Amino acid sequence: MAATAEQLQALARIEKSPGYWQTVGRRLMRDPVAVGAGIIILILLSLAIFAPWIAPHDPYHGRMLGRLSPIGTPGHPLGTDELGRDMLSRLIYGGRLSLFMGITPVFIAFFVGSAIGVAAGYIGGTFNSIVMRTLDVLFAFPSVLLAIALSGALGAGIVNGLIALTVVFIPPIARIAESVTTSVRKLEYVEAARASGANAFTVVRVHVLGNVLGPIFVYATSLISVSMILAAGLSFLGLGVRPPEPEWGLMLNTLRNAIYVQPWLAALPGVMIFLTSISFNLLSDGLRSAMDIKT
Amino acid sequence: MTASPILQVDGLVKHFPIKGGLFGKRQVVRAVDGVTFDVAAGETLGIVGESGCGKSTTARLLVQLIEPDTGQITFNGKLLGRDLSLRELRRHVQMVFQDSYASLNPRLTMEDAIAFGPQVHGVPEGKARQLARDLLDRVGLDPQRFAGRYPHELSGGQRQRVNIARALAFEPEVIVLDEAVSALDKSVEAQVLNLLVDLRQERKLTYVFISHDLNVVRFISDRVMVMYLGEVAEIGPVEDIYERPGHPYTQALLAAMPSMDPDQRTEKVPLSGDPPNPINPPSGCRFHTRCAHAFARCGQVAPPPIELNPGHRAACHLLREEPKAA
Amino acid sequence: MSKPPLVEVEDLTVRFKGARDVYAVNGVSFTLDEGEVLTILGESGSGKSVTLKTLLRLLPENRTDIGGKVRVGGEDVLAMQGRKLADHRGGTVSMIFQDPMLALDPVYTIGEQIAEAVIRHEKVSSKAAMARALEMLERVRIPSAARRLKAYPHEMSGGMRQRAMIALALACKPKLLLADEPTTALDATVQIQILLLLRELQQEFGMSVIFVTHDIGVAVEVSDRIAVMYAGAFVETGTTREIIREAKHPYTHGLLAANLVGAKPGQRLDAIPGAPPALETRPTSCAFAPRCKHAMDICRAKLPPIRRWHDRRWVSCVLAAEEHASA
Repeated sequence: MAATAEQLQALARIEKSPGYWQTVGRRLMRDPVAVGAGIIILILLSLAIFAPWIAPHDPYHGRMLGRLSPIGTPGHPLGTDELGRDMLSRLIYGGRLSLFMGITPVFIAFFVGSAIGVAAGYIGGTFNSIVMRTLDVLFAFPSVLLAIALSGALGAGIVNGLIALTVVFIPPIARIAESVTTSVRKLEYVEAARASGANAFTVVRVHVLGNVLGPIFVYATSLISVSMILAAGLSFLGLGVRPPEPEWGLMLNTLRNAIYVQPWLAALPGVMIFLTSISFNLLSDGLRSAMDIKT
Repeated sequence: MTASPILQVDGLVKHFPIKGGLFGKRQVVRAVDGVTFDVAAGETLGIVGESGCGKSTTARLLVQLIEPDTGQITFNGKLLGRDLSLRELRRHVQMVFQDSYASLNPRLTMEDAIAFGPQVHGVPEGKARQLARDLLDRVGLDPQRFAGRYPHELSGGQRQRVNIARALAFEPEVIVLDEAVSALDKSVEAQVLNLLVDLRQERKLTYVFISHDLNVVRFISDRVMVMYLGEVAEIGPVEDIYERPGHPYTQALLAAMPSMDPDQRTEKVPLSGDPPNPINPPSGCRFHTRCAHAFARCGQVAPPPIELNPGHRAACHLLREEPKAA
Repeated sequence: MSKPPLVEVEDLTVRFKGARDVYAVNGVSFTLDEGEVLTILGESGSGKSVTLKTLLRLLPENRTDIGGKVRVGGEDVLAMQGRKLADHRGGTVSMIFQDPMLALDPVYTIGEQIAEAVIRHEKVSSKAAMARALEMLERVRIPSAARRLKAYPHEMSGGMRQRAMIALALACKPKLLLADEPTTALDATVQIQILLLLRELQQEFGMSVIFVTHDIGVAVEVSDRIAVMYAGAFVETGTTREIIREAKHPYTHGLLAANLVGAKPGQRLDAIPGAPPALETRPTSCAFAPRCKHAMDICRAKLPPIRRWHDRRWVSCVLAAEEHASA
């Protein structure tokens, strides 16, 4: 075809604006707090992933003689726990389960909750009322209680803990998804798309999802810290991860008797939880303002 | 003038229920209450009225963004729902909205936004993109500069040109313009009006042009329909309406226009008070609460439309009392 | 001979600082006598609202650079501080806005809001202040004013709210009323009511008014004089008659055409092409030249000369100056 070369040339001459996510990324990079939080999260993630190569000791191996050695003990820079296991190694390994328990339920709930919320928001009417009121029943329970009740009913264990946390996060995400979708649905570009004769599925795919998933995603990232703390709480209560697995919440629990002997040591898992959750929160805040592109 | 109607609207009614709380009375907004009119092929029908008169609801009903409670829409002699599917109607009748920013998906480039419609109707992507670029060019935006842009990078006037291009992409016969130039600055508004005038001629388009600006409506319309609280007060050829308005409301609307003459400023308020709420419209003639000429019957019986001249009708009891000699 | 003007603005410049600077107002000068109505006519971004807000010092101080002189009643507005500024705002000068819903406080009744303003500026008893509030509502022709005194803003219709806001603005008998597009959001039949009301009140109170609008029709209804503003500067000033009948600046001509004055239905309009400049730098040549069909090389090279008939009638355009020279 003779026209193809010409068309290609025309295409090449079109000035392309940076896409939306590209712009968001550039704006995010200009926010020092968000960048810092992102770097901390990256470090924590790589520590967790490469734990076997980084950790100096076996996190399960304890020495009865070296219990609760203080921070700065030679060979154990962060001391040892109540069973004489190396704290540094346990904190590094603990990140694996803690981050996993923090991110996975939110990740699953993001998909399930968005699907429910977008459907309810776009279809509206009675369907919306039924779905949202049902979710409100779940939402009415304080999230901690709901998580405890669910994992109590399902029994202790990682998988049951994950299920419980996922169920806890579906209603809030669905709610946000529903409200964002309802407001986007009323915008005129969605009306214009409907007036083009496109079916509901196409309108949602092209015109709704792109504009609602961003805000939902931001909200979801802010839930990661909640999820981590809840997961830690479940472990603390003996409902989530079981000993001897290294996990920050569980470590906090088992070290709580040592608080009078080695308070700084006992606080270390708490510091990790705090650091991770605040990093996720700050990143989420940065993302929110980076996505708010007006002009 | 004898052209066959391309669009016939008969007895359109749309009431919106509003929730009156748990124990409150269920009330309805009578947004559009029995509106009937025709639009001839190639003409421009202007619809004017104040807020709450139902002009925007009428626009949305025409493209079926909302469904009427009762009433029929016939396009080119084909009755919607019987001889004509919704999908077909939407290809032939397109709409341009007032808010140029809200009308464009912030995540789509201008080219994608325009090409979306044709693709929905089965045009292959490459062809749709080419069409989008041609249309950008036609509405006065250099495709090389604008095809890859996002809505927030354009000015209001440029965005409204894109919205017009998007409507044109369907090759529609009718375009409903709902306050399409109202949000623009005057100098930009004039440019877009010029574009609309050119396109109308070039593509034999029919416009339904909704605006609160009587100057603009006079400029662009062949016929004008005046609405008040969900009903048609008066309809007729543009010069009849502006020179010989029959309905007291139309007279008041025209008198309310700023005079543009420093030596003949408006001295008397033509109409007092705000337009009443369409939730509980007045009985009888809906205008009687603000009308200077209202008499007993106006509050009791709704006036039927009365033909003043061929094609010029007004719904007012006064016109029946006096013979047509005037 | 005559009293000094109430408002004197001299070479006013306003620059917004930020990621990108905006030179919003670039050398605006005008005077306004007592009892006079001036309209600043311009499109969005022309700097007309910014000029108005400077008179009340309403611009965010940390993000704006204001230069030039602004005097109201002989007082230097830009130097005002504390108590003096508070008396100036709402006392000497008050303002009405396009959206009364934003200007009125939703949690207080109309009566309370007017009375509060009166007490703040005049130190009268709350009873006297309430009586003044009632009087004001009557003067802006709100029907059954006594009942409306106890109404909240959301309980009123758009036109009534606008009247209530005018009552609030005039409660302390200001010498100068600033009106920022107060009728733009209103329906046509309500707009003309408010315009006529403002005209009557202006004469009753004998105050000066600066009216900002984009609508020439509105300007003609209310003003004695018009200043046409473009890209942060006045391009032409004169009496309303002079601007409507003998406009000299191409931009004024374009605006008149865009308002469809004498337009032939269905014929192409003589529209101004293009869009106003972004004002990221201060213009060093005629800001309108890129859109002007008469533009010459000299227009793009330097700021246009001003042809001045007298203090209040001038045009800043090379064409008018040449016409003068050859005549």
